[in-house]
Amino acid sequence: MRAGSGDIELAGLSKTYDGVTNVVDGVNLKIPDGAYCCFLGPSGCGKTTILRMIAGHEEPTAGEIVIGGENVAGMAPVERRTAMMFQSYALFPHLTVRDNIAFALRVRGQSRADRYRAAELMMEKVRLTELADRLPANLSGGQQQRVALARAAITEPRVLLLDEPLSALDEQLRVQMRQELRRMQRELGITFVHVTHTQLEAIALADIVVVMEKGKIKQAGPARDVYAHPRDRYVAEFLGGQNVLSGKVEKVGEGLVVLSQPNRSEIQIRLGTDARVAVGDRIDLAVRRDDIELVRADAGGPADGATALPSRVTAIEYQGSFVKVMLDTVPDEDFVAYIPERTFFRDPFNVGDVLLATWSAGRARVLA
Amino acid sequence: MTVVLGETDMPMIRTRRIPAVTRADRRPWTFYALATVFILYVVALYGPMICIYILSFQDIRGGLVFPMKGRSLHWFIDLFTQVRTGDVKGSFDRSIKLAVLVTVVTLVVSLMAGLAFRRRFFGDSVVFYLMIGSLVAPGLVLGLGTGLLFQWVGISPTWYTSALGAQLSWTLPFGVLVMFAVMSRFDSVWEEAARDLGATRWQTIRLVVIPVLAPGLVAVALFGFTLSYDEFARTLQTAGSLNTLPLEIWSMTLNVTSPSLYALGTVTTIVSFIIIGACIGAIIAINKRRGVRATGH
Repeated sequence: MRAGSGDIELAGLSKTYDGVTNVVDGVNLKIPDGAYCCFLGPSGCGKTTILRMIAGHEEPTAGEIVIGGENVAGMAPVERRTAMMFQSYALFPHLTVRDNIAFALRVRGQSRADRYRAAELMMEKVRLTELADRLPANLSGGQQQRVALARAAITEPRVLLLDEPLSALDEQLRVQMRQELRRMQRELGITFVHVTHTQLEAIALADIVVVMEKGKIKQAGPARDVYAHPRDRYVAEFLGGQNVLSGKVEKVGEGLVVLSQPNRSEIQIRLGTDARVAVGDRIDLAVRRDDIELVRADAGGPADGATALPSRVTAIEYQGSFVKVMLDTVPDEDFVAYIPERTFFRDPFNVGDVLLATWSAGRARVLA
Repeated sequence: MTVVLGETDMPMIRTRRIPAVTRADRRPWTFYALATVFILYVVALYGPMICIYILSFQDIRGGLVFPMKGRSLHWFIDLFTQVRTGDVKGSFDRSIKLAVLVTVVTLVVSLMAGLAFRRRFFGDSVVFYLMIGSLVAPGLVLGLGTGLLFQWVGISPTWYTSALGAQLSWTLPFGVLVMFAVMSRFDSVWEEAARDLGATRWQTIRLVVIPVLAPGLVAVALFGFTLSYDEFARTLQTAGSLNTLPLEIWSMTLNVTSPSLYALGTVTTIVSFIIIGACIGAIIAINKRRGVRATGH
């Protein structure tokens, strides 16, 4: 088989259907060879369009797609050496598992014996050997996904494109198949580009998470970076796990002082080197929900440099390993603390209790 | 004529099974009222034909009306041996050949139209309504016009030219409408997947589109065949000097006054049933192979 690395470079990639609105709007991105990359965003954000353009099922209006150093504009999917796994798998209903998997070899004119031999190897890899003679209608969702994966992988692509591959499965199977995808990706050692609107799926799987909104990339980076250090309010809210507050800058010094809302206490933020803020600016800041500590209002003041916001408990949800406590800290916005289960039940709160939501200065981050 | 096809060829497109009726302890009186209506309907529908089948099995003394006189296959033998009863064998032959021709053309054109009409194109609604127009045009007039046109152009009308054309004006719109229904369940993502796996356009049609649509294509073929085999109005003025079977039967009703006419009715019905049975069998076989009714494991 031809050699070729599966690194992808998107340069100024744009797509418009009506000439007015850009579904994909000047996207620049580099995906290294052998990476697991997840495009994450709500429906209609252009993530599937990007995938289809990489696959060669749609042509970009502007910009370039370079795979393995080769501009693939105008090339057929097979020439690009990409393969796609469709959202509902698109298995051919009239062909058995074996014939579905061998389809790509059949259209290349391989003899029946040759292509069945290759299909047999592939079926072993994805543990489908026993189901070789079944038709897609007689397979479960997870089995169908494995067939789709094997059918795409048999073309020996350098890039595998997955369009919401887990959305057709039920919750339990989704977690299971998620691991299977990751395992296959390691085994095949090729680049996976996966489109999803589920943030859990993205951060669990991806080496690189690309968060999108309205055809533009909001943030791209390792899953942990994007989750722990969201660049702006959109990313923070979409990935979840963060409380987002806004306020007016009151004082800029060693740290930064913000008055969150009238009659709230001061919030101190340690400033990054690149952050540029001036007194009077309105800024957003994020604090991880699991960085919040709750103390009773009569337990004495917070430690030096820490922020303490008086809040009332509005709801409590038991989540197993932690307890989700919802507070009215910020008017009209969600403010949630994730308290480890043991900590919570040492001194449980009730709905209506008045507390202080505290975090130390280094925990809050300024958003763009 | 041959058989009431309209009643028999629709249900076979369905693959769903009606769930078994849960037996109620007491049925309401409306059940018996509606059941009576239905039985009367079935009797009215099939009774006349059954009369003809029964009367065709009389012996040599047989007449055209009840009571039944003896039992034999005399009139069937008479049908195929006696010249005075008309050119049954020749017309049957022509009808089958014509029906096969019509079926092939209907199938190919309907498939292509079904694929084409998935997208909007310039003049698509005009094409569609022109097609429906030929469906509602009175058959006799249309046949007459076709015959006249052929004569004017200078081609003598025959069953395989003008009659073929006239019949297609009837079977094609039907075929295309059935094809629309069939295509509504076809997901174009299969074509995209085939392309993604390196199939050419022709390979996609041959290896994916046609096999996936196969049950629907059998249905279209059945429509084409039975509509043609049974066609009278459009063929009357376009068949030229040699009759098709329906024309032959019609001319026989004018001059043959023996139960061999009924025997012919029985034979043509049997042929129809064999063809319908074969098609339904094919569809069931295809669906069974695909495990349509089987559930996932």
